[in-house]
Amino acid sequence: MSEFVASLNDALVVRSGFPLLSGVTLEVAPATLTLLTGPNGAGKTTLLQLLGGLVGLSGGSGQVCGVDLARDDRRALRRRVGWLGHDSSFYDDLSVRENLTFAAKALGRPLEDLAPALERVGLRDRSEVLARRLSAGQRRRLGLAWLLMRRPELWLLDEPYAALDEDGRRFLDGLFADVVAAGASIVVSAHDHLGATLGAVNTVHLVGGRVESRS
Amino acid sequence: MIRVALLVAAKDLRVELRSRVLLWQVVPFGAMALLLSGLALGPARAGHSGAAPGLFFLVMLFVTLLTVARSRAIDARAGTRDSIATLGLDPGGVFLGKTVALTVELWVTGALLLAGTVVVLHANLAGTLAASGNVAVTLAALAAAGVLHGALSGPGDGSATLLPLLSLPAFAPLLIAGERAYSAALGHGALWAWGTISLVALVAYLALGILLYGVLDES
Repeated sequence: MSEFVASLNDALVVRSGFPLLSGVTLEVAPATLTLLTGPNGAGKTTLLQLLGGLVGLSGGSGQVCGVDLARDDRRALRRRVGWLGHDSSFYDDLSVRENLTFAAKALGRPLEDLAPALERVGLRDRSEVLARRLSAGQRRRLGLAWLLMRRPELWLLDEPYAALDEDGRRFLDGLFADVVAAGASIVVSAHDHLGATLGAVNTVHLVGGRVESRS
Repeated sequence: MIRVALLVAAKDLRVELRSRVLLWQVVPFGAMALLLSGLALGPARAGHSGAAPGLFFLVMLFVTLLTVARSRAIDARAGTRDSIATLGLDPGGVFLGKTVALTVELWVTGALLLAGTVVVLHANLAGTLAASGNVAVTLAALAAAGVLHGALSGPGDGSATLLPLLSLPAFAPLLIAGERAYSAALGHGALWAWGTISLVALVAYLALGILLYGVLDES
């Protein structure tokens, strides 16, 4: 059993003949926050997708939440991670509550978890609003409510700070701190550095699909 | 699987009710296609119900393809697709749920267009009513085949190949059986012989979909 929630060794991801990630080695320990930085096209999103079982490993090896990325069915991994992409993650024609109800039922979670999740992200008063009518920041909060309900072992968030105002950023910093304190791990991509209140953050800088530096 | 199917069907139908794409795009398209078909035949031949069954099912095929594209679009945006993928839904259940939702949509559209065949193409009302059970089964089979076709032509490597085009002949047995059964109901032969083909096709497409949808969707 690995001591890491996720570990990649010389990972390669190729799509349509083009290497999106090459020679990536990464370890994510339990209850840690890892920040992926890098310019556009550096491979941050692909790396998050690889960790979430959303793209396959083309070469190298890796395991995430006990699932071997090279050998096991990566669909088994998906239920164990929480994913928040930078695109809209919801059904625009369903309300906030309906979106979360769908997710809760799909995951077999009790519907009683909805209200605390909405309360935590500050969307309790918007629960009957259609997702298409939410602002970009509120949509981000809806995604976080989805993750809170899931309680995944590994949180994967692609540019979560985008479209958030200062309050939203502070809220996200606080949420991340709570999630890590509760024992889950977070891997997050961002152009900026995370909030100073977050404490220890492992930073991995990607360029051209490769790890250029880490700190 | 049934739990997931009901969940997905309810979600797709709720989205459809809210967006009203069926009401504002699909039904008008079907009605217009049926009307144009009648006009293309000319007043003399359009007045004869012999052409009605074939035209009805041809229009319903176009409606199916349009509705399937819409059904795929609900889940196709990159962020939504990834989020739903991490729910780990049983692919067989997703296929069944999408088929149920699409079947309901095709039944609604089909009922309106059947009325159109009576009004525009002068199909016999009693015969059309007698054919409605068979039409319902054939539309359900069209829905199952359509969801499978959608998985081939959706986002992914398959859409860039000839595969979606080559899968279109899979609709042929349904068009033939549906048209023959409807014609039989209008007084030109044995209704249930052709209806059985639609029923067998429905079961076959459902079995294929439950087995293959996950693989097709994943690719």
